[in-house]
Amino acid sequence: MTQPILTLKDVVVEFPGLRGLKGLMAPPEQRHVQAVAGISLDVQPGETVAIVGESGSGKTTLARAINGLVPLAGGEVWFDGMPLHERPDWHAVRRRVAMMFQDPSGSLSPRKTVRDLVLEPFAIHGIKLDDPGAKAADLLATAGLGPDFLARYPHQLSGGQARRVGVARALALDPAMVLADEPTAGLDVSIQGEILNLLNRIKAQHGLTTVIITHNLNILRHVADRVAVMYLGRIVELGEVEQILSTPAHPYTRALMAANPEPDPTARHERITLKGETPALNARPSGCEFHPRCPVARPECAERAPLLGPTPGAGQVSCHFPIHKDEMNTA
Amino acid sequence: MKPFRRTLAGRLLADPQAAIAMLIIAALVLAAVFADLVAPYDYSAMNLADRFARPSADYWLGTDNLGRDTFSRLLQGGRIALYVALTAVSVSALIGLALGMIAGYGPRWLDNVLLFSFDTLRAYPTIILALALAALLPRGLSTVIIVVVITSFSEYGRVVRTQTLSLKHAEFILAERAMGAGFGRIVFHHLLPNVLGPFFILAAMNLPVVITIEAGMSFLGIGVPPGTPSWGATLKDGFDHIRTTPWIIIAGGLPLILVTLGFTFLGEALRDQLDPKLRRGR
Amino acid sequence: MTDTLTIERLSVRYDTDKGPLEALRDVSMNVPAGQIVGVVGESGCGKSTLISALLHLLPENGRVSHGAIRLEGDNIVGAPPRRLRDLRGRDMSVVFQDPMTSLNPVLSIGRQMRDIQYRDGGSRTEKDRRSAEMLGRVGLPDPDGKLSFYPHELSGGMRQRVAIAMAAMMQPKLLIADEPTTALDATLEVQIIELLQELQRELGCTILFISHHLGVIAELCERVVVMYAGETVEEGPVADVFLNPAHPYTRKLIECDPGRLKQRAETLPAIAGSLPDLTDRPKGCIFRDRCDFATDACADRPDRYFVDDTHWAACHHTDEVRK
Repeated sequence: MTQPILTLKDVVVEFPGLRGLKGLMAPPEQRHVQAVAGISLDVQPGETVAIVGESGSGKTTLARAINGLVPLAGGEVWFDGMPLHERPDWHAVRRRVAMMFQDPSGSLSPRKTVRDLVLEPFAIHGIKLDDPGAKAADLLATAGLGPDFLARYPHQLSGGQARRVGVARALALDPAMVLADEPTAGLDVSIQGEILNLLNRIKAQHGLTTVIITHNLNILRHVADRVAVMYLGRIVELGEVEQILSTPAHPYTRALMAANPEPDPTARHERITLKGETPALNARPSGCEFHPRCPVARPECAERAPLLGPTPGAGQVSCHFPIHKDEMNTA
Repeated sequence: MKPFRRTLAGRLLADPQAAIAMLIIAALVLAAVFADLVAPYDYSAMNLADRFARPSADYWLGTDNLGRDTFSRLLQGGRIALYVALTAVSVSALIGLALGMIAGYGPRWLDNVLLFSFDTLRAYPTIILALALAALLPRGLSTVIIVVVITSFSEYGRVVRTQTLSLKHAEFILAERAMGAGFGRIVFHHLLPNVLGPFFILAAMNLPVVITIEAGMSFLGIGVPPGTPSWGATLKDGFDHIRTTPWIIIAGGLPLILVTLGFTFLGEALRDQLDPKLRRGR
Repeated sequence: MTDTLTIERLSVRYDTDKGPLEALRDVSMNVPAGQIVGVVGESGCGKSTLISALLHLLPENGRVSHGAIRLEGDNIVGAPPRRLRDLRGRDMSVVFQDPMTSLNPVLSIGRQMRDIQYRDGGSRTEKDRRSAEMLGRVGLPDPDGKLSFYPHELSGGMRQRVAIAMAAMMQPKLLIADEPTTALDATLEVQIIELLQELQRELGCTILFISHHLGVIAELCERVVVMYAGETVEEGPVADVFLNPAHPYTRKLIECDPGRLKQRAETLPAIAGSLPDLTDRPKGCIFRDRCDFATDACADRPDRYFVDDTHWAACHHTDEVRK
């Protein structure tokens, strides 16, 4: 096995829970909530790992923590041999780790032209270009946009076009890794394919390592090698994409997959509807944090927290009573 | 290039309110700049024979108790008013802009400190502060400017802070940080252009307020030194003789009304045109 | 069976700086009583203009330029203000995408639910009883206690249930659901779909369900209307339309949904090109520029072509599309 390019060890990110006087008077454990509560993950060079979960699962926070946009409260992050948890030179790190944000147009500075936007990475890193105009047109072409877009402003772009500009910006400095937060958010179904094809092509051409954060389960099979499922800031299941999709071992993963309505009116939905909603971060349930919503919970689930361990397949799952392949058909 | 009618200037000219405002402002500025050429008399020349002259072909707006031509004095006063207004507004606006951006983008504790001082200054009545400072400082235009700066920069600070704060967590700012952009680049390239719109509107709306403060202080006798032909001083002279010669105070009030109307109209038109949501017809 | 809502060749026009923009053109559809009918389309297809037109809430620069909207047979286009007041809330009600913005944040749930019963007599206690009953019906635990809650004290899923309860409260002839699950997580989306199905079964609501999500439409609706660039391009029973689409756009759209593909695809399908400029609508078929089936015949705008009694598409080449 090769050396992983990205290693996360027990990564914890905290947010202030109570502010001001209330915060000072509260017991220490209530002053902060853990948005990311101990995540460990290895990403191999050239691999694409998708992190899926619903709102409040901490997936976006995790991506931002890797890039130093939110501080770590604990744990270690290693990128290509560099310890990112020990006050690294972020300016240098961010040259090699590009990030794409959720909102295609909202992540573009509104008063800059597309030309300025795609040349921005060079300006930030003080790189002189012989022919900036040609470089900008070049980058846009890689992302599938013609040079007529150079003079436009973000509000003059459609969602798909803005996303392409985002891709061009992310690729400008030839990064080693891309963190893509919801690459299909805000895009119509008919455009999603184009953007994912673009990402796949670029990944293959540049040998990019990619971490994709998404709640769109439909795209997983087409973009990811491995999938990590997050719930309340922890990974509850991790495995190869096909295995996760066909034989999910965690009841939450299974409910999530089943909750995805298919565009096929004849499909029979054998779905487990989960009770209630994701609890708040400051009210984590005891034992297994999923037990209040879990359809197969037993009394001990409320008492003892499961650890992430190997599944019957090749993945990892944190559940006392993981679902086995043969149960899938009978349930 | 955009066609002219779609640029800001083009859209402003198409708006009747803004067109009137710009006409008034242009007339006032030109009159002030070329005061020496336009004025029929030297503003300080006394003509004791023609004291308290009524408005006539010789003296368009009459004369005061020393026989000085009111019209010429008002023209000269326009210079003073514009000088005070432009200096005071730019200084206080720049201080407010800097502090507001620091408060909005800086650490939370600094925001709290700055916000507290903004609110304290704003809570203090302008006129009391002006009286107190006038007692400490020598009488003159710089005192007027200092009073205006102290009392008004916090207003810019607040507006800019709110604007900056709303942009601080915008995705495009995060995106720039994620690319490695430093503090200066984010502040000057990405925050500043998005803050300037409301900031300019506020400044335009504040110009007549400052002119009124100068007039008010001069009227109270704590503004410009005696003899200086500021609008406030003219009003004061007029006030002293209001029973016998009411035209002085009426004439003295006219430019104040015009300047207030002009800049307020312009500010409102700017606000409508810079805010796409208020722009009519889409 | 009678139709609750019939839209006949409805066109809506906006006056813009760039000239008139025809946001809807000749939109036609039928919503039979007691059914859930889906309207599906991507951004720019005119879904929101359609809702505004139905409720007579078009912005100042927009107007219905042509066509009729019939609610149980009565044309409501250009209805007098009195009639409009009755229309909104009593005859038609809406569940919006984001319940946080559609509920009033400073009034309690109970107060808001009492307010919408202003037309009815009865004491305050009587109204509260009805509110609580409705909240119980949409699955809120402890409905009596929830009356004193404010919107921010409820979770996103619960807020959307309250919004649905409020919309269904007056037993409207037509309940319009505007992307009611889009702001919700997948596991909550499923809960809301099941709730709507239940309401329709129990109360016999007629629901116009607007969504961009093909999967949700497939699961929830009996009939579906497909919109593209302000036109209705296909309408029919969900099973027919999804399994055997008659319009090239519908067919493409279904092919594009990555959820349909059960094998990893090297190249995902997409619809090339972009929406036409609605201030300068192309002559002929609106989808012509992006269509694989386009021929010279498409220079003439196609009329509705009925594949069978209940399923039509606006296309000259329905037969080839369905091959």
